[in-house]
Amino acid sequence: MRQRGLLMIGVAFIAVYCLAPFYWMIVSSLKSNPLLDQALYPKHPTLLNFREVFSGENNFQYALRNSVIIAGLTTIVALLIGVFASYALARLQFRGKKLVLGAVLATAMFPLIALLTPLFQLFTDLHLIDTYPPMIVSDISFTLPLAIYVLTTFFSEMPWELEMAAKVDGATPGQAFRKVIIPLAAPGVFTSAIIVFIAAWNEFLIAYTMTSTLKAQPVTVAIAKFTGVSRFEQPFGTIMAAGVLVTIPLVLMVLFFQRRIVAGLTAGGVKG
Amino acid sequence: MATETVRRPARVRRGGPVRTSEGRRAEARLAFRLLIPAGIVLLVIIAYPVVRAIWLSLYNDNRFGTSHFIGLRNYTRAFTGTGSDDFWSAFSFTTLLTLVTMVFELVIGFGMALIMNKAFRGRGLIRASVLVPWAIPTAVSAQLWLWNFNPNGVINQVFHTSFIWTGSHWPSFWAIVIADVWKTAPFIALLVLAGLQIIPNEIYEAAKVDGATALQSFRRITLPLVKSAVIVAVLFRMLDVLRIFDLPFIMTNGANGTETLSTIAYKESIQQIHPSYGSTLSTITFFYIIVAAFVVNLIARADVVKSAGGGVK
Amino acid sequence: MPRRPIKFVLISAIVALALTACGGPSGSSGGGGGGGAQGTGPITFVAGKDTSGKYPAVIKKWNTAHPNEKVSLIELPTAADAQRSQFVTNLQAKSDRYDVLGIDVVWTAEFAKSKWLLELDKSQFPLDQMLKPAVDTGMFDGKLWAVPYDTNGGLLFYRKDLLDKAGKQAPKTFDELKADCSIAKQNGIDCYAGQFKKYEGLTVNFAEAVQAAGGEIMTDNGTKVALGAPAVKGLSFLADGFKQGYIAKPAITYQEEESRTAFMSGKLMFLRNWPYVYGLASQSDPANKVKGKFGVAPLPGFTGAGSSSLGGLNLAVSAFSKKQKTAVEFTKFATNQENAKEMVGLTGNAPAWTALYNDPDLVKKFPHLPILLQGLQSAKPRPITPYYQEVTTAVEDNAYAALQGQKTPDQAITDMTTKLNEIAQQGG
Repeated sequence: MRQRGLLMIGVAFIAVYCLAPFYWMIVSSLKSNPLLDQALYPKHPTLLNFREVFSGENNFQYALRNSVIIAGLTTIVALLIGVFASYALARLQFRGKKLVLGAVLATAMFPLIALLTPLFQLFTDLHLIDTYPPMIVSDISFTLPLAIYVLTTFFSEMPWELEMAAKVDGATPGQAFRKVIIPLAAPGVFTSAIIVFIAAWNEFLIAYTMTSTLKAQPVTVAIAKFTGVSRFEQPFGTIMAAGVLVTIPLVLMVLFFQRRIVAGLTAGGVKG
Repeated sequence: MATETVRRPARVRRGGPVRTSEGRRAEARLAFRLLIPAGIVLLVIIAYPVVRAIWLSLYNDNRFGTSHFIGLRNYTRAFTGTGSDDFWSAFSFTTLLTLVTMVFELVIGFGMALIMNKAFRGRGLIRASVLVPWAIPTAVSAQLWLWNFNPNGVINQVFHTSFIWTGSHWPSFWAIVIADVWKTAPFIALLVLAGLQIIPNEIYEAAKVDGATALQSFRRITLPLVKSAVIVAVLFRMLDVLRIFDLPFIMTNGANGTETLSTIAYKESIQQIHPSYGSTLSTITFFYIIVAAFVVNLIARADVVKSAGGGVK
Repeated sequence: MPRRPIKFVLISAIVALALTACGGPSGSSGGGGGGGAQGTGPITFVAGKDTSGKYPAVIKKWNTAHPNEKVSLIELPTAADAQRSQFVTNLQAKSDRYDVLGIDVVWTAEFAKSKWLLELDKSQFPLDQMLKPAVDTGMFDGKLWAVPYDTNGGLLFYRKDLLDKAGKQAPKTFDELKADCSIAKQNGIDCYAGQFKKYEGLTVNFAEAVQAAGGEIMTDNGTKVALGAPAVKGLSFLADGFKQGYIAKPAITYQEEESRTAFMSGKLMFLRNWPYVYGLASQSDPANKVKGKFGVAPLPGFTGAGSSSLGGLNLAVSAFSKKQKTAVEFTKFATNQENAKEMVGLTGNAPAWTALYNDPDLVKKFPHLPILLQGLQSAKPRPITPYYQEVTTAVEDNAYAALQGQKTPDQAITDMTTKLNEIAQQGG
């Protein structure tokens, strides 16, 4: 079937597009000298770089812990705030709604660098440098506009009738909410959650301005500190190893949560 | 009955159930209360530094002395004065970069979403691999692409080319485009996919029964219904690309006319410690982005109005 | 009604924030006059990270001897730019978190003039036993602000195996180097490369070319522009290199690591780089094509030996530190001869202590040290000016344009001179 063939070609393209550079990352992380050795596969694979990542010099496990906490808390809080705000924007009527939405979007538009210095001063005065709060709060504000926008879009698309139909059928508001609203809202909330999490996870400028030690530094800063014996050395292999170590669990985690959501959707009887 | 449950809410009745004026006020109060947390966070973290930056831009830079109020002179310097060459070069490069990457990201991302929406074996794996480029920390992917585009690096090796990628303007441009599109097309794919998933299969089946071709289904069902998801994706990607910093900074350091609005703002604010002129550049970027978002919104809404008339049955 | 609460919240928020926003675009006023370093207690030592272990080694010794004034290490990202912005952000905010600062040699004047550093007492440091160019990088306006921890100079790495086969010695002048390029051509590899990407390394390479012609970039604490004819001569050598092909074309994108990997992959005959390449090029790794085949020589010049640009790290004390007495004592300790020797042993970096270059233990381990000393004694620091960032940008912009053929070397130097004069005139 021609359609099937085209589909398979498309699938293959996606796989190559997404994974070829990642393959190169993995291959580089397994070479002892990846900057010099440009072979397409590691002739003498070694775990040296991975060991280096967790060595006493790098202590990457602390950075991982910090990233998980920061990105995790950011996602939870941003989504909570975002869901309230989006519900208001999508489902309630009030004056100035467009203005509010526009203002929310506008806060996402200012270049980050200009915000660094005043924010640093603020957090220094509050004696919060090298702790989690500055990063969590800042990350929430950068991701909040996006979350609100995505959530508002999805909430606006939701069919009103279903909720009312459920109530007419005798469901309590609570049941209507759980059995109808939540499954409908799930894809939107889930998508927002991934977006916020990854955005917070990838954040560098704020993290490295507000922290100085592994007490609170996330992986992005830790990777920027990977080095060799000399300050000029670029430990490419170690950096790639760290990248691999960070990406795979992230993808697995997203997949895992996505399965649960999809299961929830089909269980609720709504086509997903 | 089947058609009724899948009927989209008519745009006309967007507001939902009819409200009394008492109900309207209560609703507005509730809305206000729901918006307060977001408002506070955004106000403290964003609004305050933004206001401060704009205020700073009205002063002159005097590193070791005191600065004084100069009104809009920093702005004239950027637009027509001594800074104008650098500013307009960064402006046009950023704009061109944005347009080109957006087109590629949209096409590739949309295509990926369409494919992922179909059922096939290994669909979960494909969805996972689509996340990979996006999940890789920017610090890592910037290094990856820096070395990929090294004249002795893997790109030249695999394609048997010998471009000095970051050594001149257009090769640098394409190197940045490739590196950026690779990482961010998945973002668009994800959003569009979520939008596609809300469309129930029944609509497509009904259309097929009515004799629609695949292309017609796509144009009259898929496109209008994912429009909002696409708009959100495009809007936010555009905001990001207009502020692109990492890739040009690391790959070329702005050489050969590859400075972007953010790299020149960074160099002025942080490297040269000219906070006033740097804030000026940031503020100009800010207003540019607002205008661009407004334009995109206008184009998008025009289409929405058009299709609301003839849309889906 | 919703309207009133909105206004109330907004106004009070803005007022509250405005109060905390105190202070505007003013110049900095810092503490730290000459005398009276006061305050003792635990301190922080802030420097760019590396895995040699040199900092932990000296910190451990100090902490054992001073249990009430322990030093903790704060490591910064490796990129010099990132380090500087960390320092700038903290010092601008007058934070007391950083006590002892490991700063790049080109930041001294800027940090000193910004009143971010504590003036150090010259008599307390054995400066006469250190290399004069290195000591100069810590001085500004006749005062001492930072003490050399290590220094750095450029070296010429070359393919000894190829030159030996042709019966030649390492080139001492640029003409000899150009003549040797025929050997490179015969072997199908590029001739010479340095670091020519548009970044700080380009300023270093440019400075060395200018110094090779007997000139320099700026003099007199960065108040006078010196460029002139030697600069044109030096820049022409580099620009012609790209045009005529004796400089590898990809070198226009090279920083230190890119040039090192090109050399170690066997693609280059001559490499200008920092000493750190020595250890790496001696490693036994199947991908390393130059092990045992390379030699090290002082930089060549036009009429004789060249002159390297000075790199390195200095230690300074923050003007906002609350434990300046401890900080100064630790600085003295970390830069003393015994610890300098240990540092060299761990890293192969160039010490500031002149005596260490003849230390038999060190020379046995790092035979390139005596060669390095030659270059360092005639080395010159990059312009010592508080406006260094602007200076290096002007240099990079114009030098890069000349290397790309967008400007003639003459035009580039003229434009550079104009810009540098503008910058120098800002100076107070």
